[in-house]
Amino acid sequence: MIEVRNLKKQYGDLIAVNDVSFSVNEGELFGVIGPDGAGKTTLFRMINSLIIPDSGSVSLWGLNPVTDYKAIREMIGYMPGRFSLYEDLSVEENLEFFATVFGTTIEENYHLIKDIYAQIEPFKKRKAGQLSGGMKQKLALSCALIHKPRILVLDEPTTGVDAVSRYEFWDMLIKLKQNNITILVSTPYMDEASKCDRVALMQNGHVLMVDTPWGIENGFSTSLYGLKTINKYKLIQFLRSSVSCKSVYPFGEYLHYCDKREDVNEKILIEELKQAGFFDAIVDEVKPGIEDRFMELMGNVI
Amino acid sequence: MKRLKAFIKKEFMHIFRDSRTMLILFAMPIAQILIFGYVVVSDINDAKIGILDKSKDVVTREIIYKLVASGYFQISDYLIHENDIQALFRRGDISMVVVFESGFGTSFNKEGEANVQLIADASDANTARLLCNYAEGIIYQYSLEQNKLMGYANHLNTEVRMFYNEELEGVYMSIPGIMAMILILISAMMTSISITREKEFGSMEVLLLSPLRPMQIIVGKVVPYVVLSFVNTITILLISVFVFKVPIQGSVLLLLFVSLLYIILSLSLGIFISTIAKNQMVAMFISLFALMLPTILLSGFIFPIENMPFLLQALSLIMPPRWFVIIVKKIMLQGVGLMYVWKEMLILIGFIVLFLVLSVKKFKVRLL
Amino acid sequence: MNEEVVIKVSHLYKKFGHFTANDDLNFEVFKGEIFGFLGANGAGKTTAMRILCGLSTPTSGEVNVAGLDVGTCADAVKAKIGYMSQKFSLYEDLTIWENMRLYAGIYGVNKNEFRMRGEELLRELNMCDERNRLISTLSLGWKQKLAFMVAMIHKPQIVFLDEPTSGVDPITRRQFWELIYEAAANGVTIFVTTHYMDEAEYCDRVSIMVDGRIEALDTPSQLKIDHNVSSMNDLFLKLIR
Repeated sequence: MIEVRNLKKQYGDLIAVNDVSFSVNEGELFGVIGPDGAGKTTLFRMINSLIIPDSGSVSLWGLNPVTDYKAIREMIGYMPGRFSLYEDLSVEENLEFFATVFGTTIEENYHLIKDIYAQIEPFKKRKAGQLSGGMKQKLALSCALIHKPRILVLDEPTTGVDAVSRYEFWDMLIKLKQNNITILVSTPYMDEASKCDRVALMQNGHVLMVDTPWGIENGFSTSLYGLKTINKYKLIQFLRSSVSCKSVYPFGEYLHYCDKREDVNEKILIEELKQAGFFDAIVDEVKPGIEDRFMELMGNVI
Repeated sequence: MKRLKAFIKKEFMHIFRDSRTMLILFAMPIAQILIFGYVVVSDINDAKIGILDKSKDVVTREIIYKLVASGYFQISDYLIHENDIQALFRRGDISMVVVFESGFGTSFNKEGEANVQLIADASDANTARLLCNYAEGIIYQYSLEQNKLMGYANHLNTEVRMFYNEELEGVYMSIPGIMAMILILISAMMTSISITREKEFGSMEVLLLSPLRPMQIIVGKVVPYVVLSFVNTITILLISVFVFKVPIQGSVLLLLFVSLLYIILSLSLGIFISTIAKNQMVAMFISLFALMLPTILLSGFIFPIENMPFLLQALSLIMPPRWFVIIVKKIMLQGVGLMYVWKEMLILIGFIVLFLVLSVKKFKVRLL
Repeated sequence: MNEEVVIKVSHLYKKFGHFTANDDLNFEVFKGEIFGFLGANGAGKTTAMRILCGLSTPTSGEVNVAGLDVGTCADAVKAKIGYMSQKFSLYEDLTIWENMRLYAGIYGVNKNEFRMRGEELLRELNMCDERNRLISTLSLGWKQKLAFMVAMIHKPQIVFLDEPTSGVDPITRRQFWELIYEAAANGVTIFVTTHYMDEAEYCDRVSIMVDGRIEALDTPSQLKIDHNVSSMNDLFLKLIR
């Protein structure tokens, strides 16, 4: 299992990772979720031994990435942010290269990558540079898996990939758990949190919270109302000016609204909106999502 | 070993699949050597010459007229005495002097033979050679015309003399220099670019996390370029021998060995550059500006080192191409053996060790 | 919402050899509308948007943007639209004000007008005191917001946004959408291309492209009802697979 304790890394004035602690259990699909610049990549590079932390420690099944990096590199499968395949080599040549470099063969571990690789095998003579984003992603995952790693570290594997490929990719990760591979994955997309066993929410170098997706959503502190009207912009302006407004954010077709008053409900809100001239307004109490909680937690830190 | 082999195979694939790389690797050296070999010899127009006419008769006048009429020459001085030639050359006023022996016309008409001497300033060897060739041609043409007209079978002997550089080293001189430049440019630039490319695309991260050791990555990057640069060396030598007729006086084997040493030196320099450069662009600029200009200017390839200010002379000592040029000149042109070049070879080896140690030290197993 | 049509596309085809990137596209976009233009990688979104912006010519069909035919007056169209791409937005080594002045210059905004417009945009972002900061010192979220404002410096009728908020933190992202709502409320038409479905939910109407054709076009809520799905993401998966 992975133990991260008080990890810190600073570049000049910028604290990329600030006092981060969490642990990942064996066989878990663990997500690190946060916007660009939250420190996810730096965190992953400290875990996989590419960067030495300023302070704090990492332990992978008792091994320390700073001192035991050779042993750790043997057991990690890593997929950096940009898929980092060789674009001028074919699909097959890429896979073969990484297999040989890791001292194995495609045949030996084919069972591990079969489900994923089978989808791109028809194009195995094609250059990696000519693949679509989704196919590149599958090839990169195959390359990271070919040496049967114990931990898979995936840095933003779904960035820049369309919704279908993202969906398929998460399916593949969930299937991989059967092989008892511990998976550490980062993403800027909040909606992907629900696919993970547990997630860490990250912002400005801090881990805001670590919990199951369910636990995070349930931690939302107050009632959340979804408001809908044809003129969202006017409604936002109106709510912002009201004294009882705790927070209001656009949320897709809706506005997500929290009220400072304890005794408020849908009926009261709808009445208030009608009085203000929003006759078409619809108000429903909604179940908070990860993103709502993330914003609440961000508000606390700021 | 298997890993290293797979890595080297991959590198060859990168090279052979990129037409631009192939162009730089193979077309550029050939183009460069041809350009330097031919184009540097510029065409001649109105070259200033001096005339030392000890005879002053009809024949010499006619020949002088022909020279001027050709458009190649312009007479700027009439000399009185042979001793003045040196002074004129030193001042750089003229590049050739035509000397007619006394009684030139008489001996040409009566004895059927006369002597004319062409003395050229060979510090610019290419120009000197051209001037003499043109003048010789004009004089020969004149004798043919006269013979036809008068029904003679007379003969004009032209004797060519070169001042300052009797062996006309210029053309030969440039071959070792061009070799030094092409090899260092291509080897250092290509390796540094190919290593920084991996950094830029992020694949270096994956390689670092693989069981490949830094030394293997470096060796894997270098081996393909050693092979290809060696092929280049042979091409350059073949061109210089068969196109430019530069003889190889000494041992070909020794020459190839020294070239190999120099290639490895250039590659280790390339690796060193890649450890300091963050991306391909920086690598290319360092290679071009830090290597090409000093090689051209300070290796004695174009400007003689003896004429440089002391500071630049000192600086040229740490220019690896300088030593390579010396060795190649000695082997190719003077035909000496290992006994005479081992010191310079040791210097090259010293450079290799220095750059490799620096690179392996700087090549990190981590990112930061 | 206004019924005035600002983009009208009829029977648009774009072929590259045998490959048809845009296959008979037909749609209208209204003034002040936030129009989402969605599709998987390679569905033909980028091709269509390039045509709308006057960067590429259609193989056949009519495209009318801001009252002008794109085929014949591409340059006049360019002056009436703003464009913000996800990859390239602002020059990192110039300050905020310098970037604004640069784009104002490019779009031919005169000096006095620019001074007023620039102040106005900065005020809206609450960045009046930071005008001399270099872009490279700003966070991604600020850069995106600023890039949007810069795209509006010449008061365009239509602004094209290419995946405007991917990778931005949730709060900043909402601030960004509020800017968009405000612009739309002022009558600017917003045309957003993206393959992130949660961005789609913010739009007034969305079209979904699959293999060069528009497979669905309506308000997000109507689309969800029609296809009996709970989210745009589900709809997208349903249409594409």
